[in-house]
Amino acid sequence: MFTWLHKLGSPPVLYRFAERAAPWCKWTAFALLAAGLVGGLILAPPDYQQGDGFRIIYIHVPSAILSLFVFAYMAVASAVGLIWRLRMAHAVTAAAAPLGAAFTLMALVTGSLWGKPMWGTFWVWDARLTSELVLFFIYLGYMAVANAFPDQRTGDRAGAILALVGAIDVPIVHYSVHWWATLHQGATLKLSGSNMPASMLWPLLVMMVAFLLYFGWLLTIRLRTEILRRERRASWVMRLAGQ
Amino acid sequence: MHSFHEFLTMGGFAAYVWPAYAVGLVVFVGSGWQSRRGLSKALARAARRAQEVEK
Repeated sequence: MFTWLHKLGSPPVLYRFAERAAPWCKWTAFALLAAGLVGGLILAPPDYQQGDGFRIIYIHVPSAILSLFVFAYMAVASAVGLIWRLRMAHAVTAAAAPLGAAFTLMALVTGSLWGKPMWGTFWVWDARLTSELVLFFIYLGYMAVANAFPDQRTGDRAGAILALVGAIDVPIVHYSVHWWATLHQGATLKLSGSNMPASMLWPLLVMMVAFLLYFGWLLTIRLRTEILRRERRASWVMRLAGQ
Repeated sequence: MHSFHEFLTMGGFAAYVWPAYAVGLVVFVGSGWQSRRGLSKALARAARRAQEVEK
């Protein structure tokens, strides 16, 4: 497995891997999105307390989980880049950051649209909401810092350090509902199971996988862009462009 | 859901449910469009550079 990972450290190998993975991620994501939307908007019964307003979770929960997942993934890639000096690990982090920021923004906006009818307000300075907002600013901070230096390596290193430090916010967001008395409800899904009936649960799980694959598809595109930008003087890029 | 009207009104929550899905659609389409545009531009730049090198 480590040999395989080591091979992916080579820009042309990673580029071709991303190119091959893209259509699989794309079409599976679209198929699952269609199934999840039908399940969540039509087939799932209304919640006995929240009525049809609960259907926002099918878009809010996957985007919120993805906002945490993407940052954790960026932190791991940053650590790999710093420890093993793998340039492509920094490219992966840079490619993922704008997508993570977009999903965090989606989680914040859809969460506030859910909060208004359920809590009576679009926003409260509750621990979960505030830490998620902080995560959004960390994403923006990462993008600003990584692109602030004329030298790519310095930018990569500064961004990687910020990603590692910023990763502290990921468990804070996740456990905020346990550590503080928050207005935000506890986790919808737990490793020990869920209280949701199967008819409401399956569209949520399908949407989560669909969001993950959609992220994967966009990552393969952005990663190829990032590799082309970083390797613009490499002979293999010239050959690729000449085809 | 028993009728199309029920589906549209979302049991009185339409003002919140549909904008939430609209935000999702905007993020999905927007990030997809922006990512693909970035790759097209990068490939075009690489092709131009390859032509310049050939000359």
